[in-house]
Amino acid sequence: MGGDLDLFLPTAPTSSDGAWTVAQVTRRARQLVEAGLHPLWIKGEITSFKAYRSGHWYFSLRDAEAQVRCVMWRTDNQRVSRQPEDGLQVFVEGRPTVWEERGEFRITVKRLIPTDADGQWELQLQKAKAALERDGLLDPARRRPLPRFPARIAIITSPDGAALHDILTVIERRWPAVEILLLPTRVQGEAAERELCRALRLTNEITVDVAIVGRGGGSREDLWAFNSEKVARAVAAVEVPIISAVGHEQDMALTDLVADLRAPTPSAAAEAVVPDREETTRVVEVLARRLGRSLTSRTTLGGERLERTADRLHVAMSNQVEQRATRLSMLSGKLDALSPLRVLQRGFAVARDDTGKVLKTVRDFTVGKDFGLTVTDGDVRARVAGEEP
Amino acid sequence: MTKRMSFGAELERLEAIVRNLEDSEVDLDEALELFQEGVKRLKSARKMLQDTELTVKKVVDAADASLPDDDVHD
Repeated sequence: MGGDLDLFLPTAPTSSDGAWTVAQVTRRARQLVEAGLHPLWIKGEITSFKAYRSGHWYFSLRDAEAQVRCVMWRTDNQRVSRQPEDGLQVFVEGRPTVWEERGEFRITVKRLIPTDADGQWELQLQKAKAALERDGLLDPARRRPLPRFPARIAIITSPDGAALHDILTVIERRWPAVEILLLPTRVQGEAAERELCRALRLTNEITVDVAIVGRGGGSREDLWAFNSEKVARAVAAVEVPIISAVGHEQDMALTDLVADLRAPTPSAAAEAVVPDREETTRVVEVLARRLGRSLTSRTTLGGERLERTADRLHVAMSNQVEQRATRLSMLSGKLDALSPLRVLQRGFAVARDDTGKVLKTVRDFTVGKDFGLTVTDGDVRARVAGEEP
Repeated sequence: MTKRMSFGAELERLEAIVRNLEDSEVDLDEALELFQEGVKRLKSARKMLQDTELTVKKVVDAADASLPDDDVHD
């Protein structure tokens, strides 16, 4: 056995008499144990339990044939819901090591869960969570922002559930200008895990901006599929931002941990996925007013340019420009009616030279120069008579 | 045939147009053109805001989710 022999190879510095020091051999033993045994789950009975004032727990784990010393540091045991007693059957997740100072083989325990029904459940969840964590799927940096104005939303839930009804009601109220693609799936029972995975994969084959996966509240057994590692991985693999919306009061579902956003209920997911219509209407109306004002100030500028030319026609027009510009600013709320062509209709003219270049400043108008004026129903030729004093 | 512009894209374009128009460096020609486009975007955005039809489609395989052909804009 190569592994055993390694222990006796002179890889560590030896003293002049060729012997290993105790510290060297225990350190080597620790290295070999830690390299050969990765963190693992162990089932056993707690014995010789002692909680020290420092907060650390020391105990042994035993079964009919063997026992092993364990330590659980304060930072880890704080997450255990109740302090164990001797005789309790538990699962522990821990890292085998050698405590060098005592030359003692022991387990550094990270998690401890009783083996009763609740414990079994939690064990499964913890294992799945640990696996997802190892693959980096719980990293908060993975979370993507939701699109501001989604046009198509995928909803992965039961077609007959309350969740779908709640989501549609909220979206219809807030922002109905979207297309909902319902990917029907069972959300509880034997087939739920498989169907959820399939629907989540299908989400990547269709074009949507965002997705919601969820169901209404229920017992822990009802919500089981949303704690499945397979379903969680399928959620993590969805290519668009996805909201996990599982109605439950206390615990987080596994899908909540991998989704881009966790909503406490399906209705809350719908609130988060679409903007509010009234609020957005206000934003659009502010833009409408700004658009109107921008043209008003521009036409006033244009009027000033024209005013400076001596042509009487232009002088007459500039009065109109003033009047119309004032009116235009009053009408800015009704902007739709104001096409730029109607700007000409209201008495504006665009001056261009023979090459079609727009004439903008006095300098562009030399006395006697011929130019064209575009008015609402066509073009006229004009000549510069002189400069307005 | 272009896909209909999303509301977000319409709004972003409208914002850009207004910012451009407010900048007096823009030529008159260009300004008129921008204004015309702005009005168009505004109409389209308002229309989407007034849209009260929520479309729900059931998708059991990818073919169900193709975009309808008449869903075009200009």
